[in-house]
Amino acid sequence: MELYALTIHELQDRLKAGEVTAGALARAVFDRIRAVEPEVHAYITLLEEPALAQADRADRAIRDGDLRALTGIPIALKDIFCTRGFRTTCGSRILENFVPPYDATVVEKLAAAGAVFTGKTNMDEFAMGSSTETSYFGLTRNPWDLDRIPGGSSGGSAAAVAADACIAALGSDTGGSIRQPAALCGVVGLKPTYGRVSRYGLVAFASSLDQIGPFTKDVEDAAILMNVIAGYDPRESTSVPEDVPDYRAFLGRGIDGWTVGIPKEYFVAGLDPEVERAVRDAIGVIEGLGARCIEVSLPHTEHCLAVYYIVAPAEASSNLARYDGVRYGYRSPDGRDLMEMFKKSRSAGFGAEVKRRIMLGTYALSSGYYDAYYKKASQVRALIKNDFDAAFRTCDALVTPTTPTPAFRIGEKTDDPLQMYLSDILTISTNLAGIPGISVPCGYTAAGLPVGVQFQTAHFAEGKLLQIAAAYEKHANFTKRRPKL
Amino acid sequence: MEYEPVIGLEVHAQLLTDTKIFCGCTTQFGAAPNTHTCPVCLGMPGVLPVLNRKVVEFAMKMALATDCRINPACGYARKNYFYPDLPKGYQISQFAEPLAEFGHVDIDSNGGKKRIGITRIHMEEDAGKLIHDEYNPWSYVDLNRTGVPLIEIVSEPDIGSAEEAVAYLKRLHETLVYLEICDGNMEEGSFRCDANISLRPKGTEAFGTRTELKNMNSFRNVQRALDYEIKRQQYVLEGGGEVVQETRLWDDTAGVTHSMRGKEEAHDYRYFPDPDLVRVEVDETWIATVRSGLPELPPEKRERFLEDYGIPAYDAGVLTSSRALADYYEAVVRLSGEPKTASNWVMGDVLRFLNEEKRDIRDCPIRPEALAAMIALIKDGTISGKMAKDVVEEMYRTGRPPEDIVREKGMVQITDEGALVPVIDEILARHPGQLEQYRAGKDKLFGFFVGQVMKATQGKANPQLINDLLQKRLAADR
Repeated sequence: MELYALTIHELQDRLKAGEVTAGALARAVFDRIRAVEPEVHAYITLLEEPALAQADRADRAIRDGDLRALTGIPIALKDIFCTRGFRTTCGSRILENFVPPYDATVVEKLAAAGAVFTGKTNMDEFAMGSSTETSYFGLTRNPWDLDRIPGGSSGGSAAAVAADACIAALGSDTGGSIRQPAALCGVVGLKPTYGRVSRYGLVAFASSLDQIGPFTKDVEDAAILMNVIAGYDPRESTSVPEDVPDYRAFLGRGIDGWTVGIPKEYFVAGLDPEVERAVRDAIGVIEGLGARCIEVSLPHTEHCLAVYYIVAPAEASSNLARYDGVRYGYRSPDGRDLMEMFKKSRSAGFGAEVKRRIMLGTYALSSGYYDAYYKKASQVRALIKNDFDAAFRTCDALVTPTTPTPAFRIGEKTDDPLQMYLSDILTISTNLAGIPGISVPCGYTAAGLPVGVQFQTAHFAEGKLLQIAAAYEKHANFTKRRPKL
Repeated sequence: MEYEPVIGLEVHAQLLTDTKIFCGCTTQFGAAPNTHTCPVCLGMPGVLPVLNRKVVEFAMKMALATDCRINPACGYARKNYFYPDLPKGYQISQFAEPLAEFGHVDIDSNGGKKRIGITRIHMEEDAGKLIHDEYNPWSYVDLNRTGVPLIEIVSEPDIGSAEEAVAYLKRLHETLVYLEICDGNMEEGSFRCDANISLRPKGTEAFGTRTELKNMNSFRNVQRALDYEIKRQQYVLEGGGEVVQETRLWDDTAGVTHSMRGKEEAHDYRYFPDPDLVRVEVDETWIATVRSGLPELPPEKRERFLEDYGIPAYDAGVLTSSRALADYYEAVVRLSGEPKTASNWVMGDVLRFLNEEKRDIRDCPIRPEALAAMIALIKDGTISGKMAKDVVEEMYRTGRPPEDIVREKGMVQITDEGALVPVIDEILARHPGQLEQYRAGKDKLFGFFVGQVMKATQGKANPQLINDLLQKRLAADR
């Protein structure tokens, strides 16, 4: 098997044994990138030169016996994480040439663990989208079917992992931006509890929903990455000073005797029959592993999309106010006065979807509308969280489909924002409640498109989340299949 | 019709914390532009604010000093607007959940006391500064000040005149400086004030339409701007017109307020709770800790000075005008045991010297120990009050102890009868004409003889002793 197709834990064994060098691994990955990128276009920026230098350092560290959690492992970063000295575009023209003067906390942590950074992956502009089609830097194609989207907003990271254009990747998830593309690209994607992984250096979309997580080829790799990135960060006020367990320790434990809830509101009209079948099969596997599966209700589910499309754009409208052309990023040369400079820079710098959401959010926060929209949405959000809290009083985990459909065709929904928004309908509630969720491959459609099953657990129960995901993965065994490229 | 003004003030005070409110940058004033900045206060993509707890503590001090109720929990909100000095496109402030509410201060008004309500005190971050190029059509942005902590103190519309407004402001200013949480420098903008003002027919309840006044950077300008605006609104109303609700800028040079029309009007700040910050819980223990660290405040200190030291109210007012001055005075009192004399010397010579050089009492070359020693020299008769005037000046100039100055200059007072009697005899002998007139009843000439003796002894003779001896000698002669 080619080096680039291996998992982190498989490579670690080989690196430790001296069968492989980090340098050889990095070169193998960049050769693979050169082979698949023309078709997939998972990356906005490749960092080959610094990556090879990092690989060199990794080899020296290995010779010195300093083998860390990710020494020599090529990892891709969604282009939403600030990387000191390397441009960070967030998929937007307005940040086309922005080079951050600092590293995001997760980037620091990965670097300290010995990771090699392959590059910055493509994404929907400012993470606003579900198909990576709103990127200023062009499309990313789904490695399983190049006519289809990889999902979004972290479509580049998902596609890069699926196409073996990196060993693992980081993404961010505000309403499903890790889990949805993971499902559509047939890889594992985990969104941790809000507050579990530091957001410092993650370019903000919706601050109360954003969370960083891994894309990996299997569940064990997700646990390995979580061990590195999770934990309290004094630079983030909403980071939680909760102990980080060794997530790998949960992997072999099984789920015998668990109660797993099946929220009835997640199996309704609009769910693709092939997706439903694959997820029902997954539930069968879960039962076969000794868990009791029961139907549960999350009664406020129908409001999730509405609440999300108030809260997220409202926060975004404020978070994106800093892109005004004054200090960094794109500035229109045509502004004759201050207001014109602001307007023209932002008009030309932002794409249509970002502008749509800024307008939505600005409206929702406007005086006279705040109570009816933002405040009401915040109240309903609390009810949604209560639904989950109640469910987790009886259930160890919940199981649902990750997406209502498999990957759709490029351009299929770009003219219909509402249809596009509906592709996140099964993942949004996780962010609103702040709980962790993971998508694991659970089968393929007749056309060969991957389908994902989503597990959710209570706040800070990532250990249990990985436990059920690993138990399922081991018996279902869908993570080994790779697209033919 | 007679109108009465209704005034409410919003005061912004920069807090003297070492570092900014949401990052670790220094708050020092006067550095080269944009050197006291970091990704957080520059509003770089991806950065997050972390609250400086000292800011909460400083704000709590002011809240307690103005008898506010500190809320058990408060939260931060974003105030959204675009301006180049505001790097995030929003200011982190407090809106629905301020730190403290329902306070008051008492001011002197028309010879009596008046209570001015304080609506709320909240924390927020300062914005940067724009520097407009004088010769070219562009502006520079300096973000050193961005993120410097501020408190905003909002008064109730309880203020009825420009004089009351100034008295209220001075009270706040004095309190902030006493608490050592603000340097109070109005020119540098560490203490700023905006005013809301309207008129209503005297005796009525309903408020008239108000204007907001900005750009008043001294107590004097607050007074002038309010007086002007009261007259302007009165003129408008008496002419049958209507006051327009608007923001007006005080023009110091022209002595008028101008309407600041246009885009600054009709702001919708779209406040909402800042999702990057958590609410701050303030429990009773924390409040008690802060309260126990509060210094004695000016009103209490004045009362105590009147009572303990028996000095006039005016003196007590001056001596408590700053904490350092009051401490200085009290040190002199403690060391000399002479509160009234100490007050005279501090209020008189010491403050005069300092004022001439615009120096702070903390930099006074005469330490309280030295001043007390000088008072002791007067008390024990070593030097006269007149001699002391020269000594204190020399002390101020050189910073040397009074004993050294007195010894070096041979300024020791002549208190020896045996030394003075011959001098007196000689003076009387040298002025037979005046002596004749004195004997004829011209009492005024007594002073002449005292002066002559003083002159002959180069001012070193003890004046009381001259008096006694002369009395005795002339009485014998008469």
